[in-house]
Amino acid sequence: MINKTIRQSAWLFVVPVVLLVAFNALIPLMTVVNYAFQETFGDNVFFWEGLTWFEQVLNSDRFHDAFLRQIMFTSIILLIEVPLGIAIALSMPRKGPWVSVCLVLMALPLLIPWNVVGAMWNIFALPDIGLLGYSLNSMGIDYNFTQQPISAWATMILMDVWHWTSLVVLLAYAGLTAIPEAYYQAARIDGASKWAVFKWIQLPKMKRVLTIAILLRFMDSFMIYTELIVLTGGGPGNSTTLLSIDLVKLALGQFDLGPAAAMSLIYFFIVLLICWVFYTLMMKNEKQ
Amino acid sequence: MRNSNRSVSIPLHQRLVPAVYILFLMLPIYWLLSMSFKTTNEILGGFSFFPQDFTLENYMEIFTDPTWYRGYLNSITYVVINTVISVTVALPAAYAFSRYRFLGDKHLFFWLLTNRMAPPAVFALPFFQLYAAIDLYDTHIAVALAHCLFNIPLAVWILEGFMSGVPKQLDEMAYIDGYSFPQFFVRIFMPAIASGIGVAAFFCFMYSWVEMLLSKTLTSVAAKSIAATMTRTASTAGYELGLLAAAGALTIIPGAIVIYFVRNYIARGFSLGRV
Repeated sequence: MINKTIRQSAWLFVVPVVLLVAFNALIPLMTVVNYAFQETFGDNVFFWEGLTWFEQVLNSDRFHDAFLRQIMFTSIILLIEVPLGIAIALSMPRKGPWVSVCLVLMALPLLIPWNVVGAMWNIFALPDIGLLGYSLNSMGIDYNFTQQPISAWATMILMDVWHWTSLVVLLAYAGLTAIPEAYYQAARIDGASKWAVFKWIQLPKMKRVLTIAILLRFMDSFMIYTELIVLTGGGPGNSTTLLSIDLVKLALGQFDLGPAAAMSLIYFFIVLLICWVFYTLMMKNEKQ
Repeated sequence: MRNSNRSVSIPLHQRLVPAVYILFLMLPIYWLLSMSFKTTNEILGGFSFFPQDFTLENYMEIFTDPTWYRGYLNSITYVVINTVISVTVALPAAYAFSRYRFLGDKHLFFWLLTNRMAPPAVFALPFFQLYAAIDLYDTHIAVALAHCLFNIPLAVWILEGFMSGVPKQLDEMAYIDGYSFPQFFVRIFMPAIASGIGVAAFFCFMYSWVEMLLSKTLTSVAAKSIAATMTRTASTAGYELGLLAAAGALTIIPGAIVIYFVRNYIARGFSLGRV
């Protein structure tokens, strides 16, 4: 850790960043706030509505359902991606030419535009002509993600596992390779079992990176939009309508700007809260 | 050395785990490529694992039709503008965060992070209104500026991580040697964190390249992004899956080309410089 000097003029270095980000963050946020507390019939005439929209959103079944689906989706993908990512990282070679091959191939899904991820999985899962859909159906499993909510959920989760497990793998692997050789030698002298090595050496040493991986996955899964809108469009029915999709449907589809703005603020507040937890945990980690 | 090799040796059956995982990752990509080489008739005619009637028609159409290839050029234009802006303004800011304490520094650092985490869906409509109001709607610069929302925080966090790894003695030695601050920053400090700058630029490029909701919202004709072009094909042309697959396959290329050079830094970039 570097000893930092107190110097107020360092603000000058930060000004361009603050201006650019504030332009993009604060002005749109004020627009949202404007719509959230007022009613408008166009022509820039606004009527004060107070908390009406917030009450309407918070009391609506529609918001509850989308929120529940979001929580369910996030929990499921975390429960799959984190253990799977750790397991794969543990099995990866630590040195040699295969390391680069593994890293490059595994990182590939992370670099594909999100709408292409959705389109790719759509084509892959089509029941009659997609590789996945065709294979499942010819094995006798009735699968059609455009009609059955359960198939749609399975496809959506599989897509996210495909897209993001590598993130957990790469972070966990970075944590593993940072463990000094001496730790393993000490464990061998003590005759430690593989499980003991994992539990007492590898897992504690990975704690820092895993915190980051979990929180990043948590937050990014909370904002998932593009992949899903291309894959399922929120359907069949509303079965895969998560928060972002619901918000866009409300704002652009129905043009209910008041409730949409109120929902945006609630949504943003939730993200802010998680973000704060993330920040505190990370800063605590770095002090250690 | 013999010992160190043994301690991390992994049994054969366990080595299969990454292999199986990579196979799983490659299957949808293979399917996309396979579809892109098929004719529409073959695709709609039924299931075939390999293209029976191998064709380059889909790619030919993309490379000859301006509405298609301009989509790529437009996307690359705003991505490059965004990367240059983000890294340029993030460099001094990250230096300030890594070297100095000043009023509100921690709050500011946190506030930046909140923007990296802001759901684009929340901002889509207000962004449209904002950029329409300042007459930048449907320009490359609009998308480039909008992507600054999450890319500047990303670049600041990544660069701060790299800069904190450079000992402060370097700065002090340079001052003693009589370097002015700009000289020191450009001639000594930037080469010292060159890999960090590369990683920050790569991640700005990537996040701007993969983000599609804002770029679609902010462009219509003149600066139409490849995402918007692809969506329109999907909806109007009906079932031209081969064309869509070819367009998708081409978007993978920029990432695939650069990934090799940053392979050892991927974890560091994704974790915002915290690993």
